[in-house]
Amino acid sequence: MRRVVLDGCGDFDEWREAARGLLASGVAPGQVEWRDRQGENGFDFDGVDGAISPPGPAAGVLQPTVPKGFIELAQAVICHSDPARYAVLYRLLWRLQADRRLLELASDAEVARAQLMAKSVRRDAHKMIAFVRFKEVPGASSPGGRRRFAAWFEPDHHIVARVAPFFQRRFTDMDWLIATPKGAASWDGDLLQLDAVPRVKPDLADDADELWRTYYASIFNPARLKVKAMQAEMPKKYWRNLPEAALIPGMIANAEARMLEMARKAATEPQPYHHRIREAAARAPGQAAAPAGTLAALNAEAMACTRCPLHAPATQTVFGEGPQDAAVMIVGEQPGDMEDLAGRPFVGPAGKVFDAALAAAGIDRAGLYLTNAVKHFKYELRGKRRIHQRPNTGEVQHCRFWLSREIELVQPKLVVAMGATALSALTETRHKLADIRGEPIAMKGGRMLFVTVHPSYLLRIPDEGKRAEEVERFHRDMGEVGRLAAAI
Amino acid sequence: MNIGMRKTLRERLAILSDAAKYDASCASSGTVRRDSAASGGLGSTEGSGICHAYAPDGRCISLLKILLTNFCIYDCAYCINRSSSNVERARFTPEEVVWLTLEFYRRNYIEGLFLSSGIIRSSDHTMEQMVRIARDLRVTHNFRGYIHLKTIPEASPQLIEEAGLHADRLSLNIELPTDTGIARLAPEKRPEGIRRAMGDLRLKIEEAAEPTLVTKRRRRFVPAGQSTQMIVGADGASDATILSASGRLYASYGLKRVYYSAFSPIPDSSKSLPLVKPPLMREHRLYQADWLYRFYGFGIGEITASRPDGMLDLDLDPKLAWALGNRAEFPVDVNRAERERLLRVPGLGTKTVKSILSVRRLRRLRLDDLARLGVSIRKVQAFITAEGWTPRRLIERPDLEAMFAPKPQQLTLL
Repeated sequence: MRRVVLDGCGDFDEWREAARGLLASGVAPGQVEWRDRQGENGFDFDGVDGAISPPGPAAGVLQPTVPKGFIELAQAVICHSDPARYAVLYRLLWRLQADRRLLELASDAEVARAQLMAKSVRRDAHKMIAFVRFKEVPGASSPGGRRRFAAWFEPDHHIVARVAPFFQRRFTDMDWLIATPKGAASWDGDLLQLDAVPRVKPDLADDADELWRTYYASIFNPARLKVKAMQAEMPKKYWRNLPEAALIPGMIANAEARMLEMARKAATEPQPYHHRIREAAARAPGQAAAPAGTLAALNAEAMACTRCPLHAPATQTVFGEGPQDAAVMIVGEQPGDMEDLAGRPFVGPAGKVFDAALAAAGIDRAGLYLTNAVKHFKYELRGKRRIHQRPNTGEVQHCRFWLSREIELVQPKLVVAMGATALSALTETRHKLADIRGEPIAMKGGRMLFVTVHPSYLLRIPDEGKRAEEVERFHRDMGEVGRLAAAI
Repeated sequence: MNIGMRKTLRERLAILSDAAKYDASCASSGTVRRDSAASGGLGSTEGSGICHAYAPDGRCISLLKILLTNFCIYDCAYCINRSSSNVERARFTPEEVVWLTLEFYRRNYIEGLFLSSGIIRSSDHTMEQMVRIARDLRVTHNFRGYIHLKTIPEASPQLIEEAGLHADRLSLNIELPTDTGIARLAPEKRPEGIRRAMGDLRLKIEEAAEPTLVTKRRRRFVPAGQSTQMIVGADGASDATILSASGRLYASYGLKRVYYSAFSPIPDSSKSLPLVKPPLMREHRLYQADWLYRFYGFGIGEITASRPDGMLDLDLDPKLAWALGNRAEFPVDVNRAERERLLRVPGLGTKTVKSILSVRRLRRLRLDDLARLGVSIRKVQAFITAEGWTPRRLIERPDLEAMFAPKPQQLTLL
C-alpha cells in the first residue's frame, strides 16, 4: 500500500505530479491510500510513520496521455472538499489508459460520481461569483487613488483560486480582497495574489448596504410568495453573509397581510395630475390628416384595415408606394416576410430579383407605382419560421377594395400583373397566365394590362438551367414593359 | 409634490423599484463575452447570466431593475404607474441612475442595469434620457456590465439605433395577446406600432450581424437580442391564444424571450380588473409550454390541442399532458429512437437526451444507467423501453394519469 499525502486546497498540479508517478510505477488504484495533509479533524499527517512524499515520475518513462475532457473534469473535481476526490480521479485515470472513451460513458458509476463532484464545485463557484458582497474599506484608497473593497465568503470547496480570475476581469479598476476560511485572493491592479491560508471573518460595514436592502425589499412582490423557490437557489447557509438576507423573515411574515390590504382597499379617485393629462390629450392636435383623395390619405386608412382576418397575425399593412401620377403600376401577390417587417413592397428576396430585372431593362423603380393584390402577409407557422401561404380567392376579393382605389387615384396607363394572384385581382375573366403572358391586353378605362410571372416563382425553380432560362424570359418581359411605357 | 419635501434617494429608490417589479424579465445572459482586463475599467459579461440574490417571491435578482420615473401619461388598467393611480410618484436624474448602477455593481449586488420608464412629455423625450444613461455608463464610465433598456413605443428610429449600440438587450412589452385586449386595457398603446417597432429592430439586428464589406467585422448591436412580456390573467385570453401570440412573436421578430407575468394585485388597483391571487401555476405552465416550443420541437398547436377550452392542464406539466394524450407514440426505445422522439418523453430533458445519445454509441442502456444520468425512473418508466425493461401494458393503464396527479393541497383564501 502506497500512502500519498497532499496539501489539497484545489491544487491540480500537485495531484497530477503524484498521479503521474504512481501510474508510471504501475501502482494500481487499490494500492494507493490518498490523504489530505490537514486531516479531517485537523490531524496533521506530516511526520506520521508511513507517510511518504509522492514519488516523482521515473526517468525515461513515457508521460501518460489522457483525453482533453479529463483535464477539465479533474481540475474541477480536485477543488472538491471530499477527501475521496484524489482516489476518484486516480481510478478514472487508471481506467482511461485502457479505455480511451470512458468519459463518454456518462452512465458509468465512477464517471457519474466524478461528474457529480465537478458539478458541485461549479455550482459552488457560481454561487461565490453571485453572493460575494464587497464592502468599501473607508478612508483607504491605494497610492494610485484606487478605491478599496473587501469581502468575506464561505465556500464549500477549495474554489478561491478557480474563481479569482473572474473577479480580476470584472473589478479591474478597484483594489479588492476576498477572504475565506479556505484562503484568500486579492487584486491591486497589477497582481492577483492567491493563497490557501485560512482567514477569520473580518468586521466589515458599508453604508451602501442600506440602499441595497431598500432595493431588495421593494423589488419583492408580496402577492407571489414562493419561499421554496428562493431557498432552492439561495440556501440558508449563504444568508449570514448576505446583507439583504436579514430582511427575509419579515418579508415573508408580512406578505399575506400586504396582499390582503391591497385587495381590501378600493381604488381611490385619480389625482388632478391625471385629469390634467386627459385634458391636455384631448386638446392636443392629432396627427394632421392627409387631404382626402390623396394616396397618403388612402394609405392611412388602409393601415387600420381589418376587412379580413389576415391583419391579425401580420405586423402591418404593406400599402403601395410610388408617385401618384405614375404611368405604370406593378401589382404583385402579397407582402412576404421582409416586406411585412419593413412595411414596404418588394424589398425581400423576390424584390431583389425584380430590381435586377428593372435594372436590366433600364427602368427607374422610383417612377413606378408598386403594390400588391393583398396588403397583409399571409403565413403559416412552421417551427420558428413563417412560411408564405398563397392568399385565397376570398382574401383577394376583400383586398380588391384597396387595389381598385389605388388604380382610381393613380390612373396608370399600364398595369403589370405579376403572377396569377395579381391577374385574378385585376380581371374578372379567368385566364391562364401562360396564355396571355407578354402581350399587352386592353383593359377598361383605356388602360393596358401586361401579364408576367411573379419574381418569387424564379426563386423556386430548382434546376439551374431552367431557372436561367426563366430569368432571361422575365427580363425580356420587363424590357417589353419598358418599351410600352416609353410609348405612352 | 411639495417643494422642500424632496424625497431622499433611498425613498425614491423604494418607489421606483416597487414600480418596476411587475416586469418579469431579469435575464443577464446571452450577450457577448467581454471584460475589463484590457480596458482597466469596470464590468464583464461572460455568457451565462448570474443571479445575485433571490427574493421570497422566488424571482432572481440579477439587474438593478428600476424606472427612471413612474410619472406616466398613459392609463393602462393593469399598470401600477397608470396616470389615474394614486401611487407615490418620483423620478431619478440620469446621474443618479448612473451612480446607483456603478455603486451597486462595485459591491457585486448586480450584473447591470434594467432601465424602464413611465412616458413623460413624449416618447422621444423619455427615450432620450434613457439613452443618455446608457451612453454615460458605457462611454464616460467605461462600464462593461449588462444593460437592458425598455424601448418606449413610438420613439424615433435614431434613438433606437443609439440605444442598440450601448444596450445588450432591448425590449418592448406587447402586454396582451390580442389587439382587442390592448384596446380595452391599454387604450393609448398601439399594438401595430409595437409590432412595427419589433420588426424594425429585427431588421436592424440582422443588418448589424452581416459582416461589413471592408473590415469583415460585425457591428455590435443589441447582442442579447430583444424580448417582450405578456400579462396573464388580466383579460380573458386562453392559453392557446397566448401561446399562438408567442409563436408569432418568436417567428416574426426573432425574439429571444417572451416573458409571462401572472397579473397580480397592485396597490390602488383599477376597478376593471380581477383582484385575485396571481395565477402562478398558470404562468408556470405557460413557461413550460414555451420551453417545449423553443427547445423540444413541439408545435404550439400540439401543446394546446389536448383541451377544448384552449387552457393548459394545471395539474400536469404540458409535456406529460401531451404524452398521456398521445399514448400511441410510446413506449420510446431509449437505445434506438432518434433525438426528436427522445425529447418527447416526459422526464427526459435536452441534456439527458444528449447523454443518452453519447452513451448508447458505446453500450446499451438499462434503467440503472438512466438513473445514473440523473433521470427519475419513476417518471419515465411508463414511457420507455430499455435493455431489460419493457413497460408491458403500463402505458395502457386507465389510472396512468392518476399516477402523476399532484397530491391534493389545502386551498387558501385570498
